[in-house]
Amino acid sequence: MKKRVVSVLLVVMFTASIFAFAGCSTSGGSSDVVKLGFIGPMTGDAAIYGSSAEEGAQLAVAEINAAGGIDGKNIELIAYDSKADQTEAINAYNRLRDQDGVVAVIGGTLSGETLAMKDIMVSDNMPVLSPTATAVEVTQDAPNVFRACFLDDYQGQAAANFAATTLGAKTAALLIGTGNPYSEGVSEAFKAAFTAKGGTIAGSESYGTADKDFSAQLTKIKEMNPDVVFVPDYVQTVGPILQKAKEMGITAKFVGADGWDGVQEEYADAAQGNYFTNHYAADSPSETVQNFITAYKAEYNKVPNSFAALGYDAVYAMVEAITAAGSTESADIITALNATDHPGVTGTLKFDEEGNPKDKEVTIIKIDGGQLKYDSTVVNK
Amino acid sequence: MDHNKKKAYLINAIAIVALYLVFFVLIQTKTMNNYFVGIAIMTCIMIIMAMSLNIVAGFLGEMALGHAGFMAIGAYSSASFSMALIDGGLSLPPIITLVLAMVVGGIVAGIFGFLIGTPTLRLRGDYLGIVTIGFSEIIRIFFINFGPTGGAAGLKGITRLVNFNNVYWITIIVAFLIFTLGRSKQGRAIISIREDEIASEAAGIPTTRYKVLAFSLAAFFAGVGGSLYAHYQSFLEPSKFGFMFSIEMFVIVVLGGLGSLTGSIISAIVLTVLPEMLRSFSEYRLLVYSLVLIIMMIFRPQGIFGRSEFSLTAFIESLIRRKNVKNSIGGGEAS
Repeated sequence: MKKRVVSVLLVVMFTASIFAFAGCSTSGGSSDVVKLGFIGPMTGDAAIYGSSAEEGAQLAVAEINAAGGIDGKNIELIAYDSKADQTEAINAYNRLRDQDGVVAVIGGTLSGETLAMKDIMVSDNMPVLSPTATAVEVTQDAPNVFRACFLDDYQGQAAANFAATTLGAKTAALLIGTGNPYSEGVSEAFKAAFTAKGGTIAGSESYGTADKDFSAQLTKIKEMNPDVVFVPDYVQTVGPILQKAKEMGITAKFVGADGWDGVQEEYADAAQGNYFTNHYAADSPSETVQNFITAYKAEYNKVPNSFAALGYDAVYAMVEAITAAGSTESADIITALNATDHPGVTGTLKFDEEGNPKDKEVTIIKIDGGQLKYDSTVVNK
Repeated sequence: MDHNKKKAYLINAIAIVALYLVFFVLIQTKTMNNYFVGIAIMTCIMIIMAMSLNIVAGFLGEMALGHAGFMAIGAYSSASFSMALIDGGLSLPPIITLVLAMVVGGIVAGIFGFLIGTPTLRLRGDYLGIVTIGFSEIIRIFFINFGPTGGAAGLKGITRLVNFNNVYWITIIVAFLIFTLGRSKQGRAIISIREDEIASEAAGIPTTRYKVLAFSLAAFFAGVGGSLYAHYQSFLEPSKFGFMFSIEMFVIVVLGGLGSLTGSIISAIVLTVLPEMLRSFSEYRLLVYSLVLIIMMIFRPQGIFGRSEFSLTAFIESLIRRKNVKNSIGGGEAS
C-alpha cells in the first residue's frame, strides 16, 4: 500500500513537472513590454553581489517605468539566480533567451559565470551589459558584450596614482592573495603604475585564500617600513589584516580597492584613516548619486553598495541604448550601446571599441569614524 | 545467447532509438529549444557521473566523496588535449576530437584513481570518505594554483564539441558498459566484496585487486563525464569542482538507490531538472529542492529503486501478465 502511495506521488511529481515546463513555454513574446534579463548569484557565498546588483537594477526599472518606459512600453526585468555556478548561469541565460524572449541581458555579475556564458552570447549576438564582471577577457573578441565597471588594472593604476600623487608615498609594500585573480590583477597594475610614478616597491608578501593569520606577512612588512601598504582583497580578508596591523602598530597607510566596500561595518577602528578606490561614494555631492541613494533607501531600507549602483547604471545605459536605437533588434541596440554617453551614479559611462568603460572616474574613499567619506576622484589618462 | 536475453536486448534497443527519435523530432521542430537542450545535455553528463560513482558507492559499497576531483582531472586533461590538437592544426572531424579527448580524460582520471585507490582502499567507510574528500580538495587547489590551465581565473577557449546527438549516444554507450560490468565476473566479484569482504576473500577473490579495479573504473568514467562537461561548457573554473559538487553527485546516487544503475539514471534526471523547474520560486528554490530531498529520504530511505534495477522487459511482461490474469479469471467464470 505504502509502496503504491509513493509511486503515485512520484508519477504526480513527474506529470506536474511536464506541465510546469509546458506552462513556461507558452509565456513569452508579448509586444507591449520590453523584457530585459538579469543574471547573478542570489544564493550561496556570493549572494550579496548578485542580489545587490539586482536590487539596483530593479530600482532603475521601476523608475524608468514610472517615467513612461521605452516609448510608452513598460520594461520587465527577469532576474535568474546563477548560484555563482557556470552551468546554472548558462541554463539561466538559455532560459532568458528561449523562454522569456529578452531583448538584452544585464549580467553576469561575476567574471566566471560571464565567461562561461560569453561564447553562447556572442553566437546569439545578444546585447549584453555586465554591471560588475571585471575579468579582462569578458569583453575581448565580443562586440556585443559591454561592461559598466572599470577593470581591475584600471583601478590598480588609479590607486597607484592616488598613493604616489595625493598621499606623496615613495615606497609601497604589497600584500597579495595568491590564487585570487582579483587581488593578483589589481596588485600587478598597482606595481607597474607606482614604479612609473617614480615610487619603489619595498617588497611584496602573499597569503593563500583560506589563510586566517597574517602576522608573519605583516611582521615582514613592518620591517620594510613602507609609506603605504596596498591590500586589494575583499572585506572578510582585509578586515582581519587591518586588525592585526593595528595591533602590531604598523603606521603606514593602507590602501585597497573596491573589495573593501563595507569594511567600515565591522572593522571601523582598524580601518580608520585608510583609503580605497571605489565606483562611487555615498556622500558624493553629485545630485544623481544623492537621488539614487534616497530612492534606494526608500525602497530597500538600507544604504546601497557599489554593486547596486552599477546594476542601476547598467539598466539605465541599456534602456538609453534601446530608446536611441528605436528598435529591439540586437544589431541596432549594439550600435546604440557603442555610442552610449550616460552620466550615471558611478561616473560617466562611455565605451571604448572593446566594450569597456572609457575614462571612467575612480572615486577614492577614506574610512573615517566608521563612515565612508568621499575623498577625491581620479581619472587615468 | 538465449531467447529471453535476445528479446530483452531488442526491446531496450527499440526503446533507446525511440527515445532518441522523440528528442530528435522535438529538437528539429523547435518544440524543444536550446534551453531544454542545454538541460538535457547536462542531465546526460550527470547520468554518467552518477553511474560512475555508483560503481564505487553502490557496487563496492564504499563511501567515495571525491568524485568531483576525478571529474576535474578528466575535464582539464581532455580540454588541454583537445586545445593542443586544434591549435596544432589537426583538422579532425569534431566527433573524433571529442572521442579522443574523452579517452585521454578518462585514462588520466583512471590513472589517478589507480594511484589514489591503491594505498587508500585499505581504509573503509568514513576513513575512506575523508581521504577522498582530501584528495578532491587537493585537485581543486592544484588547479587554482596551476598557471598553464589558467589558475583561479579558469581555462578559456575550449572548443564546444558536445551537442545533444553525441552526448546522448555516449551516455548510452557508457550506460551499456557499466551495466555489463555489473553483470560480469568482475562486477559480481566487486558486489561480493560489498556483501561480505571476509567471505569473498575466503572464496578466493583477490579483494584488493577488485577494489582498486572498481575505483579506477569509476575514476575513468568520471573523467569521461568531466571531458563532456569541459567540451559543453567551453570554460572551466576550479571552484566548480568543490566539495559540494561531490556531495551533489553522492546525493544523486543515494537518492536513486545505492547499487541501482537505473535508479541513478532516474535520480540524475530528477535532480538536474528539478532546480530548473523551480526557477519560478526564485530564492526559495534551493529550499524547495532540499525539502524534496528530505521528504524522499524519509519515505524511501533505500532510494527510488533500492538495490533493484528497473527492467523494461519485466515491466512489459508484468503488464501483459496482469492482462492475462484478468482474462483467465474471466474465462474461469465462463466455464
